[in-house]
Amino acid sequence: MKKVFLYSYILWMIIFIVIPIILVGYFAFTQSENGVVFFTLENFRRVFEFVYIKVLLRSINLALICTLICFLIGYPVAYIMADKNFHFSSTLLFLFLVPMWMNMLLRTYAWLTILEKNGIINSCLALLGFSKINLLYTNQTIVLGMVYNFLPFMILPIHTSLKKINYSAIEAAQDLGADSFTTFRKIIFPLSLPAVCSGITMVFMPAVTTFIVPNLLGGGKFMLIGNLIEQQFLRIADWHFGCAVSLILMAVIFFAAIIFSFVDTDDEGGNLF
Amino acid sequence: MKKHLIELVDVNKKFDSNFILHNINLYIEKNEFLTLLGPSGCGKTTTLRIIGGFENPTSGDLLFRGKSILKLPPYKRQVNTVFQKYALFPNMNVFDNIAFGLKIRKISGDIIRQKVKAMLKLVNLSGFEKRNVNFLSGGQQQRIAIARALVNEPEVLLLDEPLGALDLKLRKEMQIELKNMQQKLGITFVYVTHDQEEALSMSDTIAVMNNGVIQQIGTPQDIYNEPKNSFVADFIGESNIIDGVMLKDFEVEFAGKKFECVDKGFNTNEKVDVVIRPEDILILPENIGKINGKVENVTFKGVHYEMLVRQENYLWKIHSTVMSLAGSIVSLKIMPDLIHIMRKES
Ligand SMILES: Nc1ncnc2c1ncn2[C@@H]1O[C@H](COP(=O)(O)OP(=O)(O)O)[C@@H](O)[C@H]1O
Ligand SMILES: [Mg+2]
Repeated sequence: MKKVFLYSYILWMIIFIVIPIILVGYFAFTQSENGVVFFTLENFRRVFEFVYIKVLLRSINLALICTLICFLIGYPVAYIMADKNFHFSSTLLFLFLVPMWMNMLLRTYAWLTILEKNGIINSCLALLGFSKINLLYTNQTIVLGMVYNFLPFMILPIHTSLKKINYSAIEAAQDLGADSFTTFRKIIFPLSLPAVCSGITMVFMPAVTTFIVPNLLGGGKFMLIGNLIEQQFLRIADWHFGCAVSLILMAVIFFAAIIFSFVDTDDEGGNLF
Repeated sequence: MKKHLIELVDVNKKFDSNFILHNINLYIEKNEFLTLLGPSGCGKTTTLRIIGGFENPTSGDLLFRGKSILKLPPYKRQVNTVFQKYALFPNMNVFDNIAFGLKIRKISGDIIRQKVKAMLKLVNLSGFEKRNVNFLSGGQQQRIAIARALVNEPEVLLLDEPLGALDLKLRKEMQIELKNMQQKLGITFVYVTHDQEEALSMSDTIAVMNNGVIQQIGTPQDIYNEPKNSFVADFIGESNIIDGVMLKDFEVEFAGKKFECVDKGFNTNEKVDVVIRPEDILILPENIGKINGKVENVTFKGVHYEMLVRQENYLWKIHSTVMSLAGSIVSLKIMPDLIHIMRKES
């Protein structure tokens, strides 16, 4: 019985993971001219052209900023929610999770109506007699959209790991003379570090690849790597170059994940590696 | 007035609306080995946690050298705790666990290494410095927990069933080891256990607890020889506890017979509990002792035999190094000073 599950899982992996990757590789390393397909590295050379490298770096930059902000907001929130004297933790957790039940496109559109020229914020400002300000189509707006969309991926693993900490270990630290800050620094934070790494990976990955957020909140003005790939497939129909960009992006994510998996020694799953 | 090292004054503790501790009054002297003894759930851990600062009493006071320390957070109290569930730091190896308290006190690295090494030797775990605490057995973790607290040489050490996870042989060894250390280092021990033998062999003073009430405080000898009520008598060692009636001073009736005894000061015909230790009953041939009965069961217990003798509807438990034959009819004799009379609990 176990074997049946194992084989169907392997079959699933082959159909939905291995074959697509092989196809991506195939397109990335080839070009076709007049129906003739031939091997080439030209696609990769093009990725390293200045315009495209700039796009890649901007994506990584914004994704890193987003990850950092998610950590700075997410850790304290997770910490407060894990406090056994905090009675609203399930309510708060629920509030963070509800938006995730909604389609990401819709969620992001909602921000448009808040931020746009005649949106909620500007209407309020106008009502109070201030002049309207431009909130859309900036790097900050994109980061805001990313943080909003991916923050739960930071909060959840950290919250879970903090909840799991044996409270008597914290009491033992206090018993041995550690004040609250020392207890946090020597016990609580180290024990939540694997979850922090998971959170970072889980926020960074979708943030660096997203194209919905920059499309909507960046107004297409700020091209990120996600948009670039989307464009190659859906608008220009240059699958070969699109696949090459995808592979490079995969490599970036792969290295990022490897770096974090070094810190991450938690062997209880929930991680990429 | 002489100041006690630690003093619990009229301490009450409520969880939700249940009283867990009732009017606990307890003095602990410097260098004393005091044991809180009682069945599981009687409030021993809660008492210890109040002293350690992890629970606040609902009412009452906790004094250290005569001054209230209720407002002091745990990390400022001069006590260290060996927790019932070990509570080791899972993110640190054995060395860092034990060194934790010393590092916080900014003691130099060389001295820390020496002390940790000496401590590990003491708990029989030399060479375990680099081990991952998560992969140690329960007994090993427990010994690390003891080492982690003891290495700080605190003025008072609170130990919550610290030997519970050890097998019998190691437990006996550690009992002697802990007692030696307590005397050598001059540390005051407040020790929690539900094992009466452990309490009797290690303590200077025992406080027997039941349902959040201290039943009796005294030396092991006092507690064993002069239990104050039938609960203490039953909990400390095995006992025969029988309903009796005090006929007058120095005369009690139980098991349908009149017996001479050494107790007085009861009302005439007051109902009492009569407590007799199994080793205090002599087995004699039929009709020589006051009570006749039939031996129902004989069990070898190592040093002695345990005989169950039925007399009508009461089953007497008797310990003796001499075996009686199962099925034989015998008589039982009890000396007057070995009959303990206790007032019935109201
Ligand atoms: N935090 C708590 N909340 C509610 N009840 C508790 C709490 N801690 C202990 N109790 C109750 O108090 C009683 C005494 O517990 P404890 O002091 O741990 O007993 P012991 O250590 O003697 O076994 C038990 O009935 C237990 O259920
Ligand atoms: Mg307990």
